[in-house]
Amino acid sequence: MLKIKFLLPLIAFVLLVALLAAGLSNDPRKVPSPLVGKPAPYFELPRLDDPSVKFNPQMLKGKVWLLNIWASWCVACRAEHPMFNQLAKQNIVDIVGFNYKDTNAEAKAWLRQLGNPYSVVVTDQKGLVGFDYGVYGVPETFFIDKKGIIRYKHIGPISYKDLNEIVIPLIKELRAEK
Amino acid sequence: MRIFIVLFMILQLNLVHAGVEFRQFERAELEARYNILIDELRCLVCQNQNLKDSNSELAKDMRDKVYQMISEGKSNQQIADFMVARYGDFVLYKPPFKTITLLLWLGPLIFFLIAMTVLFRVIRQRSQAGSVELSDAEHQRAQRLLQSTLKKDDAS
Repeated sequence: MLKIKFLLPLIAFVLLVALLAAGLSNDPRKVPSPLVGKPAPYFELPRLDDPSVKFNPQMLKGKVWLLNIWASWCVACRAEHPMFNQLAKQNIVDIVGFNYKDTNAEAKAWLRQLGNPYSVVVTDQKGLVGFDYGVYGVPETFFIDKKGIIRYKHIGPISYKDLNEIVIPLIKELRAEK
Repeated sequence: MRIFIVLFMILQLNLVHAGVEFRQFERAELEARYNILIDELRCLVCQNQNLKDSNSELAKDMRDKVYQMISEGKSNQQIADFMVARYGDFVLYKPPFKTITLLLWLGPLIFFLIAMTVLFRVIRQRSQAGSVELSDAEHQRAQRLLQSTLKKDDAS
């Protein structure tokens, strides 16, 4: 009995350290999106290649698609871009590019230089639609299922590891759904 | 001339008061609400700053939105809900009371109760240790000892 009492402060300390260690290993930049599990907010935005033509999410109903938010001023987007080029080659998913707070000229130059993995690129120059998607840092990627529901949000650049361990398995899983 | 200087100074004061942008409100009450809201909403880019303190682009957009919604006659709750629907509870500096935040809200109370229990038990143990019952034999021995010291005192 005396021994347990003697150990109690130590046990409490170890528990506290474990709790704090768990807290430290969380990435504070990754704020869970309340949009996961909800329908992708509707929008109508002009296409980069032809601003007179509008795109809306209804056009991809019944398909699994990704909404990749990027900008030419975003350095991390440059880092993840090769992953999207690689993913596009596999032809398993439609990738919609969401050009956020950018100019059309710079966006086009960026795609010419780095390649264009997108089925369509829409432009949100003022970031108004980005607001509805809770965009707070680019790049961000939304995974949208056949019913138009957001199933996952990837915050920050997609790495080669993320591509193989998260992105591709999830796309396959979503494609298998009815 | 002097009146212009005074006017200019008042304008400056307003600028400092209303955050980064200059805002015009129909009523002072709306301005007060605006200031409370940008004080209580978090900027997600900078994370540990509220909308009032932050210079980031996103914070500016969010301030614009708050201003716009106030002008449209939306309530504080509606504006907070609008932000939470997009950015999650994290956007609020005051977290709501729900299952996931239960420990956060009740944690201090739980720790207080634990501390009080421990304190109470320690006090009780100590007071019990102070009043030890003596057996008859011990009682007599104590008596004898007391008497012998009394005798010694007499002798000296």
